[in-house]
Amino acid sequence: MIAEPMPASIQLDEGASPRAGKPLKPLKLRKSELVKPGVSGWLMLTVLVIAVLAWVFPLWLTVVNAFKTAPDLLENGPVTVPTTITLANITDFWTQVNFTQKLWNSIQISGWTALLAIVLSFLTAYAIGIGRIKFRMWVLGLFMIAFTIPQEALIYPIYTMAKSVGLYDNIWSVIIFFAVTQSAFGAYMLSSVLSEFPMEILEAARIDGAGTLRLLWSVVLPIVRPTLLMLATFFFIWTWNEFLMPLVLLPSNANQTVALSLGATSGQYTSDPVSKAAAALLGLLPSLIFFFIFQRTLLRGVTMGAVK
Amino acid sequence: MSSVLAAAPAADSAASGKTVTAPAARPRSTKRATCRVNPYVWYVIPGVLAFLVVIGGSFGATIYTSFTSWNGLGTAKFVGLKNYITLMGDEVFWQSFLHAGVFVITMALIPSALGLFVAALLFDYIAPRFGARISAAMRAMFFVPQIIPITVSGVLWVWLLSPNDGVINTILRNIGASNIALNWLGDPKYAIWAVSAMLIWIQIGYSIVIFMSGLSRLDPSMSEAAQLDGATWFQRFRMITFFQVRPELSVVLLTTTVAALKVFAPVYVMTQGGPGNATTVPAFFSYYQFFTTTKVGYGSAVATVLALILTVIAIVILNVQNRQGENQ
Repeated sequence: MIAEPMPASIQLDEGASPRAGKPLKPLKLRKSELVKPGVSGWLMLTVLVIAVLAWVFPLWLTVVNAFKTAPDLLENGPVTVPTTITLANITDFWTQVNFTQKLWNSIQISGWTALLAIVLSFLTAYAIGIGRIKFRMWVLGLFMIAFTIPQEALIYPIYTMAKSVGLYDNIWSVIIFFAVTQSAFGAYMLSSVLSEFPMEILEAARIDGAGTLRLLWSVVLPIVRPTLLMLATFFFIWTWNEFLMPLVLLPSNANQTVALSLGATSGQYTSDPVSKAAAALLGLLPSLIFFFIFQRTLLRGVTMGAVK
Repeated sequence: MSSVLAAAPAADSAASGKTVTAPAARPRSTKRATCRVNPYVWYVIPGVLAFLVVIGGSFGATIYTSFTSWNGLGTAKFVGLKNYITLMGDEVFWQSFLHAGVFVITMALIPSALGLFVAALLFDYIAPRFGARISAAMRAMFFVPQIIPITVSGVLWVWLLSPNDGVINTILRNIGASNIALNWLGDPKYAIWAVSAMLIWIQIGYSIVIFMSGLSRLDPSMSEAAQLDGATWFQRFRMITFFQVRPELSVVLLTTTVAALKVFAPVYVMTQGGPGNATTVPAFFSYYQFFTTTKVGYGSAVATVLALILTVIAIVILNVQNRQGENQ
């Protein structure tokens, strides 16, 4: 769901901009500064802990049942920990859907998309934010369309186009589509970051005789690299979780992504709950690992300057 | 992002060089006068070209197709406004927008309200009493459904909600409430609320994260003053916090509203629009027309209407944000 590129779902105006990093700060309190909880405090904590447990309950179910045997589930129900731990459900699903291949497809698609989208959005944003070209408002206005149009309004022409140029059922059709849509979003965000780039640095470089390419490569790029990496992280996970385009453009098993290995095959491989849980565990594990590695970046990106 | 728009007029005058007297701006303007073409224009070409071909071209093609009758093969026959006229009388079309309206409530309004409440609790009730680590950990837990692929969430929730071996019904039966252990996804009366339950589960993390960052931006003095005057936490939440995070609230509400109107994958994964048309939404309806009934022209008309509605809403988002930018 984070995969929905929205104008305000990530905004990089602040923090990641050259000016200063606003860390995902809040609430730095030392032990001594804490307020005494009191009865109502503990009560409120209990309520929230119960809510959190309810929120992660589906994940708990996934983990415990993925390692359970089917008779164990039948006897003891889905909530308890397994009496004997089995890896059979996981290895079965892995081999049945050739999960290694799905992982590799997803990594390739998300990686190439992130890379291409970053290059495209950086070039565009450079012309708009640093170069201040004419018609830049028109360009940005045009790019706005990228987040308002639903993919359903593009899918059929993309589908016929991919077929006519021989990219149907080829991961490059998906890569190109997402690189373009996400770069429109990235260009929008980066333009606002670059429009606040320190003028003195640019002028100094220009007086030293730096051309536009030199300026881009040796002056602007090093300074905005952290912002680009953050944007790339988002492009990667958005693409990873995408559903409709891979569903339509990549029909064959050999080209499917991790996100689709469950949705498209749900009836086929996941008839009983333990294999369902194993499939779900494999499907969510890469995203979960990614989230815990990049948690700070992702949360900061979501919040950053949601409102300036 | 409003800064791009807001900064534009100032930047214009700076670049033209005429109204600017600062010497720093001079080398740039003389250079421009001699070359005529801004050398930066080259950098915008790949992005704009790619956009025009992939998105502009496709959207144009969809709009054109919406005026034709076409099954995806052979040549499309131009039929004028016929598809749109048919749409107006199509009950499923109106139903799909009604369902999208339900999702606006359950994916935008409810998660925003709950998210604000939980964010305020975590930020200025739990954190000062139990430390920032606890509240940050809870925030991360609430956020986890946001990063799970929707297909996985769908499979999990279908399992949770399944009538016989579903976890929810098993628990309900065990606590002796078997009369409300219903067929959640199979009954047209409940299916849309069952899908909604998952959407709330997914969306709340987004609003908690944004509101918590909004709260950290606020000036705590007003709340402290109110506290000294004996206001309870709930009073402070209602009278102060709520008004101070209004900018975040409008952003969250409007962006999640757009997302709610775009819902496709949750419906595809959980119900395929069914039972009957009980959970059909516009995005799914157009997909269904494209690839199942192969009424491509008709599907294009649905997609075009949806795109127009979303564009109008996005313009509202920008205007609201710009207005807020001016007020601050």
